[in-house]
Amino acid sequence: MVAKRPISLPITNELDIVKARQEVRSYAQSLGFSLVDQTRVTTAVSELVRNIVKYAVKGTLDLEMTEKGARKGLRIVCRDEGPGIPDIELAMKEGYTTGKGLGYGLPGAKRLVDQFEIWSEVGKGTRVTIIKWQ
Amino acid sequence: MERIPIVKIGEILLVSIQTDLHDQAALGLQRDLLEKIQNTSARGVLIDISVIDIVDSFLGRVLSDTASMAGIMNATVVVVGIQPSVAITLVELGLELKRIHTALNVERGLALLQQKIGGIERVPVGAVEGPGSRPERRVNQNGR
Amino acid sequence: MPKVQAKLSEIFQKRREEILEKWVKQQTARGTGGASEEALRRECSEFINLLAGVTEAGAAEDNNPQMRAITDFLQGISKDRAKKGFSPTETAAFIFSLKEIILPMVQSAVKNEEDFTREVMPLSLLLDKLGIVTFESYVTGREEVILRQQNDMAELSTPVVKIWDGILALPLIGTLDSRRTMIVMEKLLQKIVDSASMVAILDITGVPMVDTLVANHIMKTVAATRLLGADCIITGVSPAIAQTIVHLGVDLSGVTTRSTMAEGLKLALKMTRQNLDDEREGSEKESDGIKGMKMQREHT
Repeated sequence: MVAKRPISLPITNELDIVKARQEVRSYAQSLGFSLVDQTRVTTAVSELVRNIVKYAVKGTLDLEMTEKGARKGLRIVCRDEGPGIPDIELAMKEGYTTGKGLGYGLPGAKRLVDQFEIWSEVGKGTRVTIIKWQ
Repeated sequence: MERIPIVKIGEILLVSIQTDLHDQAALGLQRDLLEKIQNTSARGVLIDISVIDIVDSFLGRVLSDTASMAGIMNATVVVVGIQPSVAITLVELGLELKRIHTALNVERGLALLQQKIGGIERVPVGAVEGPGSRPERRVNQNGR
Repeated sequence: MPKVQAKLSEIFQKRREEILEKWVKQQTARGTGGASEEALRRECSEFINLLAGVTEAGAAEDNNPQMRAITDFLQGISKDRAKKGFSPTETAAFIFSLKEIILPMVQSAVKNEEDFTREVMPLSLLLDKLGIVTFESYVTGREEVILRQQNDMAELSTPVVKIWDGILALPLIGTLDSRRTMIVMEKLLQKIVDSASMVAILDITGVPMVDTLVANHIMKTVAATRLLGADCIITGVSPAIAQTIVHLGVDLSGVTTRSTMAEGLKLALKMTRQNLDDEREGSEKESDGIKGMKMQREHT
């Protein structure tokens, strides 16, 4: 395992989505995540970060390594000061196989990680915190 | 922005994606592909994504939509080379991509396209399958 | 920063050898647990040096380099001693025992109670903290072992076997939990790629019970194999499981099932033979274009 410092990435455009994916993959790899778990967490971040670009125009991605006893993990916070999500419950309630729903991709992202927390307020912004353990 | 090259061979268009496909590139590919289908009257499209290690809901939907759009233009799309971790993630995301044909690799993909384009319809062998199982005919639609 | 522990620093400077000798003798008397006296001496010496370093630096915050150095050192010897069979108590006691050596030295060098407490309190607290570090190391070490064993168990109990050209079999046995099913899925998919298989037979004859979670995992596995252009046949569905699945409302339509592995194999053979026929037929009807492209691909 290679320890890495926490970083904070600005998210404003599509290229930032690519950069975010690269960094997350890199951190996950350094933590010794299995290939599938690397893919899962990177894909989850891709969904969340795309939301920022799509709805909030700009935001940040904070990435840091964390641990709980012998387990290492990756803690990621995606935040923005965008329009916010009016009905979070509804946004989290997507049909499993249809891939439809409100289009935030949140239930999907939640399934890919171990811990998922979301705060959002209309007019204020949104913050999603996820943790993926090794 | 670099455009993904589309190679025409006979009635088939072959797209071999060599780098990670970001949003604009994916949409560009969709556009270029449909245009090329129109210009060449291609009947089949083979998209090789064996190099791609992340497919999120956006790319999944672009692929799915492309297959549907091409279908309307009478071209069959087969996607090959989905990596195992990508397959698992796609399913967990809830995108099973049921509408597109998939195959393990280019060779199988070409065989499948050849079948589809050649219009071979297999008649089920032996007795009709009971409920809870798929007719053997479907075997041929799914990556063979 | 004022040298609050002036006497203590002085003792570390002037009487380090004496501390070391006394400590080694004390530990040897209590039993070294098979370690050579030389090795023990080295450990003690290193620890005293690091401890002196922390005292010199003054503050004992977790982030300063001296604290990190001594913590790393302790984690190392904790692991070492755990391997040698020392209990965590013994390792912690090893740390605490240094107090018995140093405190009397400070006492004799100091004039009054107040000075004694001031000199010695930080050291005492520090050694307590370090003793706890050794405990935590031990626990973390054990947790790592448990995790590793869990992984091994999961690996061993999920075989994926190639039983024919293009056909894989997974005899699943015992209760399926999330973790196992996940491992099965990953193994299966990788094996499909490696062996270019077309059919996977998941036999659940040996699975006594299936709940929603497991049923969902199985559905995921089926869906994922389809994305790799392969098919799944589920065999060995007991009446009990069939009932559970319907009661749970899990939709298994679209999934091929057979009552026994043998039946599953029969179907799998049919499917693969058919496939090979198609591939052959396909290649006979190949247009020149495709043949040309195939040849090109072989060269890349």
